[in-house]
Order: sequence, then structure tokens, then C-alpha cells
Amino acid sequence: MKARIKITLKNGVLDPQGKAIAHALDALGFDGVGDVRQGKYIEVELDETDPAAAEDTVKRMCEQLLANTVIENYAYELEGS
Amino acid sequence: MKASVIVFPGSNCDRDVAVSLEAATGREPAMVWHRETTVPDTDLIVLPGGFSYGDYLRSGAMAAHSPVMKDVVRKANAGTPVLGICNGFHLLTESGLLPGVLMRNASLKFICRDVLLKVARNDTDFARGYDEGQVIRIPIAHHDGNYYADTETLDRLEGENLVAFRYCDPSGELTDAANPNGSQRNIAGIYNAAGTVLGLMPHPERLADAALGGTDGKPMFDALVEALH
Repeated sequence: MKARIKITLKNGVLDPQGKAIAHALDALGFDGVGDVRQGKYIEVELDETDPAAAEDTVKRMCEQLLANTVIENYAYELEGS
Repeated sequence: MKASVIVFPGSNCDRDVAVSLEAATGREPAMVWHRETTVPDTDLIVLPGGFSYGDYLRSGAMAAHSPVMKDVVRKANAGTPVLGICNGFHLLTESGLLPGVLMRNASLKFICRDVLLKVARNDTDFARGYDEGQVIRIPIAHHDGNYYADTETLDRLEGENLVAFRYCDPSGELTDAANPNGSQRNIAGIYNAAGTVLGLMPHPERLADAALGGTDGKPMFDALVEALH
């Protein structure tokens, strides 16, 4: 199955890259752009076919490596089997 | 003093710091490849600057899981002094030896220039060669040096006197203008609770020889030799 993992900055953590993107969108003439936050999207192919076991694995991947939980949140979806 | 420098793929200040260590100690440090599972018997471990694993995912995130880091963490927790410079500081936060994280510079620019630092305390093996409150000139060279921790952690660091160096102006004031990267509370370097692990973004090894244009980094290496023999 495939894990689709989204990593985003926690609320309250400043995101200078997101700010720069907001300014650039504004400069391009897009009106009404509010806060912009930049994150990461990671796809991981897994041999595991049991959804519960896959979920446990993905959680540990996020905690140990994919996200820095001091500043980042993670969310995931599992797809296929 | 026997020092060990850990070398990761993408380290690029490992040889610079080895030169500074050899100048101070008179002996070559051991260069330890990251695939090793143990650091040889050593008085000091140095995690050098550079771009380990190309800064993929996050600076220091991959290298923090290199085989050698298990033994570095074990030895650090047992009291072996560890000095993490720049990418070495990233590694110390990613491996949990120091709190907080180093985010993208607030300006989004890579900054490579000398900055001024205020020595927050001088009662550690790293800083005894400086005076408390002394202003020193040390270069920075980083894209991700913006120190961040939650308010509770920052208060604890300050309350327990664990800040090592802060960005300052020539008179030692901790101004926003003197803060090159947006670091909270102008923090440039911090200690662990025991004062035996130091992580800092500036590069003392880059101004430790008069031929390089300054020697403000040298007292750190001399103090380590003095303390660790």
C-alpha cells in the first residue's frame, strides 16, 4: 500500500518561506491572499498489506525521521493494499 | 587531549576543525567515518559543519540516524564533551542532545559573514578562555540558523543558564539588528544541562589562526585542551 504523508508547521511557528510565497502571489496580482504556510508531502510505498500494521509503521516513520515534532505536525492517508 | 571528529557525507568543515584541534593539542584528532558504530576512546567529540546528506529532508535529520550517532549520544550522556558547530548543532538538536530546532533564516538568505557574539557564561570547559560578557567576532555560514524553541523551553534555557552565546552589537547589546537570522532571544549557541554538550551556529575554527584574519575562535580550543589535557 501507499502512504501519503503531509508535514506542516505547527501553529505559531513562523514560516518565512510561506510569507515570501504570500508576497510573491500578491506581487503577481492575486488579491485576497491570506496566510500562506509551506509544508512537505511525502509518498512512501509499503509492502505491508495490513492497514493497522501499516499505520503503526507510518506513525513511527513520522516520529523518528520524517517530521521534527518540535515544530512540525504530520498527517497521513493509506491507500490501496 | 584526544579528540575525535565525526565525518559525514557532506561534512565540509571537518578538516578545518581538525587543523584547529591539532594546533591546540599538538596531536592529530581521530577522523571517524559516520558508518563506524563506535567512537574510539576520546576526550572530546566534534560534530563538524557542512551539509551532511545535502541537508535532505531537514538539516542534520539524516545524519542524526547514522550508525555512529548511537555511540555519540551514549558517550555524551555519560559525560564526554561534545562540540557541535553549525551542521553539528543541527545534529545535536535532531538527535535530542539539545532542545529546540534551527529553522530557515528569517531573511531566507544564506548568510556568510563575521558576526559578534556575547559570551553568556565562561564556567564551562568550552568557554573558560573568554570573559563573561565578552564580545567576540566569529563567522557564520548557514541557511538554517534561526534558533526556535517554544516559550517554555526558552525560559528554561535562560533560567538554567544554558545559553552559551548570543548575537550582539559591538557594545554587547542584544539588538534585532545584530541578530543575523531571526534566532529567538538572539541565541547563537546553547549547552546541555551539564554544560558538557555545546551546539553553536558560528564557526570558531574559521577564526582560530591569525593568518585567517582573527583569533577569537582560538580560546575555545585552548580552553578545551586546558580542561581535558
